[in-house]
Amino acid sequence: MPAIPQYAPLSWYLMLSAILFALGVAGFLFRRNIITVFMSIELMLNAVNLSFIAFSYKQGQNDGHIYSFFVMVVAAAEAAVGLAIILTVFKNRQTLEIDEVSSLKN
Amino acid sequence: MNFLILSLIKAAVVAFVLMTTLAYLQWIERKVIAHIQLRVGPRRVGPHGLLQPLADVIKLLTKEDILPSHVNKVFYFLAPFIAVFFALIAISVIPFGGEVNIGGVKTMMQLTDLNIGVLFILGLSGMGVYGVALAGWASNNKYALIGGLRSSAQMISYELPMAMAIAAPLLMLNTLSFRQLVDAQSGFYFGFIPRWTIFQGPFPQVISFLLFGIAVFAETNRVPFDLPEAENELVAGFHVEYSSMKFAAFFMAEYANMVTVSCVATLLFLGGWQPLFPAEYGSKYIPTLIFLFGAVMCFYHGLNPVRAFDRITLPVAGVVFLGIAGIFLVPMLSTILLPLFWFAAKVGVILFVYMWVRGTLPRFRYDQLMSFAWTFMFPAAVANLFVTALLVALS
Amino acid sequence: MDAILFLIFATLAVACAVNLVLQKHPIASAISLVGVMGSLAVLYLLLGGEFIAMAQLIVYAGAIMVLFVFVIMLLNAGIEQRTGRRLWVTYGGVPMLAVLIGMAAYIVERALPPTEAVRFGTFQHGNAFDIGERLFKVYVLPFEATSILILVAILGAIVLARKEIS
Repeated sequence: MPAIPQYAPLSWYLMLSAILFALGVAGFLFRRNIITVFMSIELMLNAVNLSFIAFSYKQGQNDGHIYSFFVMVVAAAEAAVGLAIILTVFKNRQTLEIDEVSSLKN
Repeated sequence: MNFLILSLIKAAVVAFVLMTTLAYLQWIERKVIAHIQLRVGPRRVGPHGLLQPLADVIKLLTKEDILPSHVNKVFYFLAPFIAVFFALIAISVIPFGGEVNIGGVKTMMQLTDLNIGVLFILGLSGMGVYGVALAGWASNNKYALIGGLRSSAQMISYELPMAMAIAAPLLMLNTLSFRQLVDAQSGFYFGFIPRWTIFQGPFPQVISFLLFGIAVFAETNRVPFDLPEAENELVAGFHVEYSSMKFAAFFMAEYANMVTVSCVATLLFLGGWQPLFPAEYGSKYIPTLIFLFGAVMCFYHGLNPVRAFDRITLPVAGVVFLGIAGIFLVPMLSTILLPLFWFAAKVGVILFVYMWVRGTLPRFRYDQLMSFAWTFMFPAAVANLFVTALLVALS
Repeated sequence: MDAILFLIFATLAVACAVNLVLQKHPIASAISLVGVMGSLAVLYLLLGGEFIAMAQLIVYAGAIMVLFVFVIMLLNAGIEQRTGRRLWVTYGGVPMLAVLIGMAAYIVERALPPTEAVRFGTFQHGNAFDIGERLFKVYVLPFEATSILILVAILGAIVLARKEIS
């Protein structure tokens, strides 16, 4: 069991951000329910926020916090419109699986 | 003393006092509502029903804890836990008084002074919505689902005017930490008007106080906004499938939320533990005078009481009040107890208004409730914030 | 102490994220995402971003995710159906992807000069005053633009989700 250092190095935060982003991409590619796909997008946005804050710590200025704040605001707007679209798709197709909303295919 | 041990001791004291307060708050509410409705309230269990909360706790603990077979087990167990967790955590940033010195240990009467304390409380009230929504959904019951959805929609609709009503005094006081908020309200205008936020220039925050008061009635699901959880609407709403201890958890969460928002209203608008008039006009003797008055009333009514056993209980209560009045005169204890008394008195007044409104007003219909939030409270809060910002910028 | 806190909440975040990807019912995924956001809020606090941590709790975990939970409850989204996709694609691809990107991040970090450790209390500009100063002085144009964006999003959501007047 290697010794745990007293302070976590910044690279650990970046690796955590990368792992969360990868899990978000995996959820986005492999899930069929449209709401879960949307939540994987939110997971990716959160991972990117963590990256911004970590680099803002390294730089010593709070610009990264501002960018992260704007990412949150845009994610809120996107979630509102995206969920409205999902509601409309459900009203018209009565399904929440992305493979069945395929009338433009072929 | 070691910071960790001191924090643990303070947390234990605060938790114990909070639990006792929650239990006896229910007793006070039942008595107050009973007297508003011209009846008496609990009076059999112990003198004047004082042991009724104990009886209720024993009943709720020993009742059969039913786990219905049609519920979603994980969320059924998680929902009251979430509700209670976020309701009780909020008490950790509320200051009850100034800095005290007990036996050589200097400490603040607060568990932790976050410099973003107000945002912390706002975040916790947002997270408390999950307890209600998950309870409604996990019960797998049409009525519970509708009640849970209505209640969470109501809570998030009223969070907006609440947040804006909180933002207006923050513009004037310029800080987010609760302790600094109260320190910015110290001092007196013209020597006798306290500099509480509702009296403070350039814009006395009376409208913000009213908007905040109405919004927190809706946030804590209390009358007149308690449609989602009333017993005779929707078969008790989101907690219809819960029994015994989990049901008690929801009610403990509701009362804890009530106490938290009353404390926040006191700290933001009513000056926290600052006294009503300066110490040179005798504000140090107000608690003693109030308890002496209480003792005199008890003795007077104990002389020819309405009920026979009151010949014993009322003089005993009078003696207890005399003892408390005497404690406030001891100089060593009064530095600790005086700010605590002012804080508790203001919080008590707001809680009494909560119970008074419950006994007096009928409840809103759901569409009236939502249109009240979006068509009246939200524009009023925006206009109030705008006027406050304008006046602060101009001065 | 800082590293132990980081390890606890990082493990919690990764566990909740894995749970999000693996759960069949969307409501369990939504609650796991709330768990991820809560752990990330603690990590932001460790990095000195106290305002952003509270904004994450208020905006992301307290409003956006409530919206998700609402929609899932309203649509009564059921359990996802098993597809004809082969098992190794889902249960092998997911961890392999995570390991790949984690390894890439590790290699990149090793190639850069070593960065200092994150000490709680070093970063002092994360409070509301400094964030507000930067937001309203330097970044006031994006601030106004995002407020118009939110207005457009509200209008779009209302138009999309209302009942048809037939």
